[in-house]
Amino acid sequence: MSQQQIVAQFEIPYRACLDGDGVPLGALPAWVEDAELLRRMYRMMVRARTFDTKAVNLQRTGKLGTYPSCLGHEATHVGVGAAMHADDVLFTVYREIGTKFWRGVEMLDILLYWGGDERGTRYQQSPQDFPFCVPIGSQMPHAAGAALAIQIRDQRRCAVAFIGDGGTSQGAFYEAINFAGVRSLPLVCVIVNNRWAISVPVVAQTAAQTLAQKAIAAGIPALQIDGNDLLVVRDAIGDAVERARAGGGPTIIEALTYRLSDHTTSDDATRYRSAEELAAAHRLEPIARMRKFLQSRGLWDQANEDSLKAACSEEVDTAVKQYLATPKQSTDAMFDYVYAQLTPALRAQRDEARRYAALAH
Amino acid sequence: MAKMTMVEAINMAHAWEMAHDSSVVVLGEDVGTNGGVFRATVGLQQRFGKARVQDTPLAEGLIAGTAIGMAAQGLKPVAEIQFMGFIYPALDQIASHMARLRNRTRGRLTCPVVLRMPHGGGIHAPEHHSESLEALLCHHPGLRVVCPSSPARAYGLLLAAIRDPDPVMFLEPVRLYRFARQEVPDDGQALPLGCCFVLREGSDVTIVTWGAMTVDSLKAAEQLAADGVSCEVIDAGTLAPIDFDTILDSVVKTGRLVIVHEAPRTCGLGAEIAATVTEQALYDLLAPIRRVTGYDTIMPLYRLEHDYIPGVARIVDSVRTTLAE
Repeated sequence: MSQQQIVAQFEIPYRACLDGDGVPLGALPAWVEDAELLRRMYRMMVRARTFDTKAVNLQRTGKLGTYPSCLGHEATHVGVGAAMHADDVLFTVYREIGTKFWRGVEMLDILLYWGGDERGTRYQQSPQDFPFCVPIGSQMPHAAGAALAIQIRDQRRCAVAFIGDGGTSQGAFYEAINFAGVRSLPLVCVIVNNRWAISVPVVAQTAAQTLAQKAIAAGIPALQIDGNDLLVVRDAIGDAVERARAGGGPTIIEALTYRLSDHTTSDDATRYRSAEELAAAHRLEPIARMRKFLQSRGLWDQANEDSLKAACSEEVDTAVKQYLATPKQSTDAMFDYVYAQLTPALRAQRDEARRYAALAH
Repeated sequence: MAKMTMVEAINMAHAWEMAHDSSVVVLGEDVGTNGGVFRATVGLQQRFGKARVQDTPLAEGLIAGTAIGMAAQGLKPVAEIQFMGFIYPALDQIASHMARLRNRTRGRLTCPVVLRMPHGGGIHAPEHHSESLEALLCHHPGLRVVCPSSPARAYGLLLAAIRDPDPVMFLEPVRLYRFARQEVPDDGQALPLGCCFVLREGSDVTIVTWGAMTVDSLKAAEQLAADGVSCEVIDAGTLAPIDFDTILDSVVKTGRLVIVHEAPRTCGLGAEIAATVTEQALYDLLAPIRRVTGYDTIMPLYRLEHDYIPGVARIVDSVRTTLAE
């Protein structure tokens, strides 16, 4: 004879504030009364999209390297930035322009990075934030380590880490959230589920019903939200950040959004997904929805929109001019930061590179 | 002054630096309550507390990656990987991030991390516990790779590694952990990184080696001395970036070079040393450079490990061969 009983049960809640047309689904968080904050967040989404459109065009005209567009992710990216405190520390993948902009990273930095120049990681306004992380999932242990350092020093701060849907298949993701759970680390992990890891859809990535539920195995509270709803992103991440900063431990939030662009400028998404699916996703995109909400509250009008777009275009054009006018680094730049001090062997190689660079000019 | 083993000297270096620098934090598998599988961190958690001596989950990639995040926040993590054969899951973090964070942020974020790991075989350990993988690490710009060969050098080099602003891979030869005792003053004096140690001066042939093979090389030199052969034995100490000046000066003096390492021959660090000496001192050589190394085989299980690891006889024969040429 054997006996069976349920020893553990779990639920994954889903939260949204607005429907696809920007109409509130219920009572809104109190902070939504802060009209200037709402406008600031909206402006940042438009700023990110304006920049993004220009960056893709620069790549198409041979003036920028491979570039991963953030089209469609603006609410998730800006909402996370707006929920963080300046002294928190950010770990991104490589698409989170809106979060970086919110934290003071300059358009010029992003252009330099994707334009093949390490100086694009200088982040003068957020000097503790990590640069983009290209090897998928490998940023997660860094975020856990920063969170551990914060905990060791008993600071009221937290680490915030992005990861994509594909990234949740990586061992580094599981290792890091397992550690965050067992140590109750001040870590907020945002899973940006944009449905596609290059050509692989989430249904081919995992049999898990949600990505948020991966948190359960690590003993971490989890939540799924509408990642195209700026209000719920800022609200849910804000709650998680405040809890982490107060010593309440980690949270994992899965933000459902959609990658409206190709994976990068080197990709052609028409090879693997339908025009119908893309069109349906466009109808749920985050910026139009937020604009409708602001308009319905009398916080935004066409004149605001026109002047915002003009200002964003001007800012992007200025950044592009600066970027195009930035001379490439000297060959010394390859050698200067390998170690804190140049080694004798590297000095010899640096001098060789100098000689050949001089010959080429 | 009490004589101590290498593992005791390593423990003492941890304790000195933790007592003098509150940013030094130890992490790894079993390093806390248990004091490490070789007892290198024994007593540290009791003395410095659980916040500064962290038992981590069993995941080498996590240990390396976590150390990066901690270092970028201003701590100085000293992390233990239980055996070098288990370094592979951590290589992604070491190569993709630890080695390059300074470069890719133009010096804004850095990784003053020490990853300690037992190196080599000879203690009848199970499979995967006896590997010599220094060449994997030496191939990555941005890393320092250090391998001590005595208790005193382990103490001084570990202090230097912890104080270094760049990531240091600290390879501890397992069969030297408790091989010999030596007086080691607990004075906080670091030894220089990036410098070879001339362990024995000689005039006929230069032997360059590191880690546990220094012991066999010194024995070989002693044996050869009885026959009137004068060997200069150089412990490379820091394997990357390596001090070629000392090696080249010695080769210019002796005209002969034998390189001894436990790792497999092909693409081993010995090949790099031989190539550099050939490039820079070919006309000072009186004979071809010889390598005495592990074979290009899988590290065998322990019944054959001493047939794999180069011993005194192979070193002596190579020296005699080079002298006969």
